[in-house]
Amino acid sequence: MSSNLSNPNLEQSQKGSLFLNNLKDFYRRLSRNKAALIGGYLILFLILVAIFGPLFTVHDPNEPDYAVKLAGPSAEHWFGTDHHGRDIFTRVIHGIGITMTIGVLSTILGGVVGIILGIVSGYYGGKLDTVIMRLMDILLAFPGILLALALISILGASRQNVIIAIALFAVPTFARIVRGSTLSVRNLEYIDAMKALGASDFRIIFLHILPNILSPIIVQGSIFIASAVLSASGLSFLGLGEQPPSPELGALLSDGRDFIWDAGHIAFFPGLVIMLIVLAFNVFGDGLRDALDPKMR
Amino acid sequence: MKKELLKVNNLKQYFPVKGGFLGRTVNHVKAVDDISFEIYEGETLSVVGESGCGKSTTGRAILRLEEPTDGEVYFEGEDLLALNKSQMREKRKDLQVIFQDPYASLNPRHTVGQILTEAMQIQKIAPRSELRKRAIELMEIVGLNAEQIDRYPHEFSGGQRQRIGIARALSVDPKLIIADEAVSALDVSIQAQVLNLLKRLQREFNLTYLFIAHDLGVVRHISDRIIVMYLGKIVEIADKKSLFENPQHPYTKALLSAIPIPDPEKKKERIVLKGDVPSPINPPQGCRFHTRCPFATEICRTKVPELRNLDHMKEGHRAACHHIEKIHSGEMALQK
Repeated sequence: MSSNLSNPNLEQSQKGSLFLNNLKDFYRRLSRNKAALIGGYLILFLILVAIFGPLFTVHDPNEPDYAVKLAGPSAEHWFGTDHHGRDIFTRVIHGIGITMTIGVLSTILGGVVGIILGIVSGYYGGKLDTVIMRLMDILLAFPGILLALALISILGASRQNVIIAIALFAVPTFARIVRGSTLSVRNLEYIDAMKALGASDFRIIFLHILPNILSPIIVQGSIFIASAVLSASGLSFLGLGEQPPSPELGALLSDGRDFIWDAGHIAFFPGLVIMLIVLAFNVFGDGLRDALDPKMR
Repeated sequence: MKKELLKVNNLKQYFPVKGGFLGRTVNHVKAVDDISFEIYEGETLSVVGESGCGKSTTGRAILRLEEPTDGEVYFEGEDLLALNKSQMREKRKDLQVIFQDPYASLNPRHTVGQILTEAMQIQKIAPRSELRKRAIELMEIVGLNAEQIDRYPHEFSGGQRQRIGIARALSVDPKLIIADEAVSALDVSIQAQVLNLLKRLQREFNLTYLFIAHDLGVVRHISDRIIVMYLGKIVEIADKKSLFENPQHPYTKALLSAIPIPDPEKKKERIVLKGDVPSPINPPQGCRFHTRCPFATEICRTKVPELRNLDHMKEGHRAACHHIEKIHSGEMALQK
């Protein structure tokens, strides 16, 4: 904050440089937390692998090769092969993309719905608030994975339905956080000033409330991706998500289950990667919370 | 003849108190209970009173930031409370507000330029191309450096932020500005600057102020007329001179006796009120002040006093007390 004031070059500053300054400031605060920084780089690395990794793998993820089935890690097959002789390294690389896509998309979908419900609930209050929040309480009362199981057994197992199911239990957590933040911002005097100027509710919500409650939303988002990834893998593991031969990480884990004593590497490597993804998003989210908290500045 | 700009009739603002099973309304906070007054064009009318007496609520009710429970608010002869949403939106141009907290009254993510242009955009004051030019003019009018137009609120001091708030209120060419404790959060030297700015703007733009405050020194500096409120009711209304020199209501007397006089030689009679302000949820019957009034008698406990003007008071000076005559004649005096 004070860095902007003390910098004389900002006398007639353009908005861009101020934004850049804020970004630098944010990075500086984030980098104080080493774990968060490592988490951030790990996420970046995983995204790059998910996008470009499949271009560099030499094996086909789904082509069986029974000559080398259940082989341990070697120079040819870095992570070994499974019971069909498929290269686990290749399958994991392909799987990262699938799992992260499900995690991110379901968080975005659930987040958007939750944000809208939360803002409407907090801003208008009254009966609408009561109805929305009691609905959210009902959703929260179900264990997330159970709700997803129920939904998928109705809708059928597919990637799209897994995303919808996970998004559904993202909704109440987002709605609650957004409602709380909205309540605290709604009563500030600049909102009253906008009302006194005759601004529409739409303008107040999108230009004056939403930008001021983004921090908790971003933090919640990055933490929720971790649990969404875990749920996506969990559903595939139970056979309700991605269907064989898809190399989704949870499905890979499930493949390895029968051979856990004879060929532990089949389950080990996908499990390790799931753990890395979840860990990365969790520590990053934690660091983000500290970095975005104005009281920590 | 002075022209009436705003006329408030029997304004009531009750807030429901929810409680019990299923959150039913169990009671009401009578924040403002049946008050009437008028503001003349070009004057500064102050509303004073202690915390919770309903002075801010009155301002907010006039602006319809909270919908009043009952009453009429005539602005230039038109009842604001009868307008629908879009009619009210147009009218809002004429009534603006300056808030108390200079830190909470500006969106921290918008620059000064954005804040001012947005206000003008909402009310379609000027074509888009001229907005920035006008924003710069406004900044100069309120005594800010126009070069700071692209700065964010956190880069300004409290006094400067309050000037931004004033510029925002001015940007739509209002007729009436409600200043809700506009200088209470500032330190004394800055208070004086902002008050003088408000006075200058009043002359230049022919503004009318409804000035809500609790600091009698500030009120004395800026007002033409003063309303004293206690527990949601008006207890006395008078021009500045009459109120300070010839207060009639015992509450006003007590309030004025609390102003320190910077003269150690001069001994002043200080009227110290007993007890606390009663809860506005169940305000006392009769005169609301009777629980703390040194002159209270039986009639005060049963009958609500009307605002009255008597012979020894100037025209327009009215007070709501059953015993004005007796107190004035000395028949009722404070017992030592």
